[in-house]
Amino acid sequence: MSWILTVLSSSIGKKYIMAVSGACLSFFLLAHLIGNSVSFWGKEAYNSYASHLHSLGFLIYILEILLLLLFLVHIVMGITLFIENLSARPNRYAVKEKERNWSASTMPYTGILILLFLVVHLVNFHFITKTVSTAELVKTTLSNPLIASFYLLSLSGLTLHASHGFWSLFQSLGINHQKYNKLLQLGGLAMAVIIGTTFILIPLLIVTTDSFLQ
Amino acid sequence: MNIIHLTLKIWRQTGPESKGSFKTYESGPITTAMSFLEMLDVLNERLILSGEEPVAFDHDCREGICGMCGSVINGTPHGPEKKTTLCQLHMRHFKDGDTLVIEPFRSRAFKLVKDLIVDRSPFDAIIAEGGYVSVNTGGTPDANAIPIPTFTAEQALDAAECIGCGACVAACPNGSAMLFVGAKISHLALLPQGQPERSKRALAMVKKMDELGFGNCGNEKYCEKACPKGISISNIARLNREFMKAAFCSVEE
Ligand code: HEM
Ligand code: SF4
Ligand code: FES
Repeated sequence: MSWILTVLSSSIGKKYIMAVSGACLSFFLLAHLIGNSVSFWGKEAYNSYASHLHSLGFLIYILEILLLLLFLVHIVMGITLFIENLSARPNRYAVKEKERNWSASTMPYTGILILLFLVVHLVNFHFITKTVSTAELVKTTLSNPLIASFYLLSLSGLTLHASHGFWSLFQSLGINHQKYNKLLQLGGLAMAVIIGTTFILIPLLIVTTDSFLQ
Repeated sequence: MNIIHLTLKIWRQTGPESKGSFKTYESGPITTAMSFLEMLDVLNERLILSGEEPVAFDHDCREGICGMCGSVINGTPHGPEKKTTLCQLHMRHFKDGDTLVIEPFRSRAFKLVKDLIVDRSPFDAIIAEGGYVSVNTGGTPDANAIPIPTFTAEQALDAAECIGCGACVAACPNGSAMLFVGAKISHLALLPQGQPERSKRALAMVKKMDELGFGNCGNEKYCEKACPKGISISNIARLNREFMKAAFCSVEE
């Protein structure tokens, strides 16, 4: 079975790992978004969603470990690719290419921003002894302008990361077909923008309105 | 036909180990009918007469088919014209008074030889791993004896257009050779003659590409934009598929 290691450690194999872990993280992101969108229906609905989620008990524990593993794989592989690619082009050009592919070129940087966000996010809402309801916790935490601005910045970074990633993962897995290319390209961009802006709406509504989650 | 004058900032480096730097030259009068390489010829004649070492650059056919020429002009490999090699780039695309920064292709895998010349023999080493058909395919077949749909033949021919110039590697921020290898793999994988060695070829060429120090593809598409032959990144996707099929579904290791 040593051939599996050979395949997965090749340049293309690493991209398969990046693409598959990225796709799984995207499903998590979508699920997380749908869950958090319940907050648009008010405090009671949101708290009820949160308590239903926690009532899953053991299952949620397993899902958390799986998610952690996914993040680790994606991040470790992403950083490996970043370092390898830096050394594959040691000398930069004196004049930069005029038309840059911004979302693609910033993947490692938006990735690291998301990682920072992840740490802050988990400290905010996961590694915390809860004394109030989930809705109140979210409301008070994100009422802090510093935390809210950081959320806005990182969620914009996430949008940029996903706007390249959603299409890129298909290309890395060899899915490129003239009948579907437009759909993959535009669909990926649309998904990124929809997911990004919906997430951004939550801290934005908390800092700009009093009634949200009240 | 017009006469233009340009300022040229050219990368000068005496050898692989020495430290290079930009040197600025005035082009003198250049007719817009000249090709980019002819403009460099004019400069070199002047440098030779004044006792200075001429600018070393690669070239051969000067008609856009051999893949020898290529430098980076103002950040773009082969210069600003789409689907055009440097030898086919004409000076009418520049304006009087323009400043052109001329650099060699840069990547870890292509070692600099001198000035604008880089060693692209790593491409040959990749081809030597499987970019050919070594089984006996018999004499010239009768036309249409082997049915190949026109669309498939066109795709194979489009991939076969790659001239191995290396601009894709030069344009890639990761120094990846995926567009070149994708073109070579596609060209043979699409045709019946390429089938017997299809899996072996994909595994061997990718292995060699990795060994030679090319980077990983980030799907950033700079290669496709720089390619003088318009090789599409759909060939990179095909390479990703071919490698997957060879790795997981064939008996080759
Ligand atoms: C919710 C979080 C995340 C999601 C949904 C996600 C999704 C994706 C997807 C789909 C890709 C494209 C894979 C491909 O090109 O085939 C990708 C690429 C990448 N991701 Fe993430 N990612 C996330 C977090 C992170 C984090 C925290 C990092 C931290 C370093 C990161 C670093 C990268 C890098 C460097 C790439 C580019 C890989 C390359 O160019 O080959 N990502 N991501
Ligand atoms: S793919 Fe295009 S840029 Fe790359 S070597 Fe072939 S012709 Fe040159
Ligand atoms: S010199 Fe042959 S392609 Fe330019």
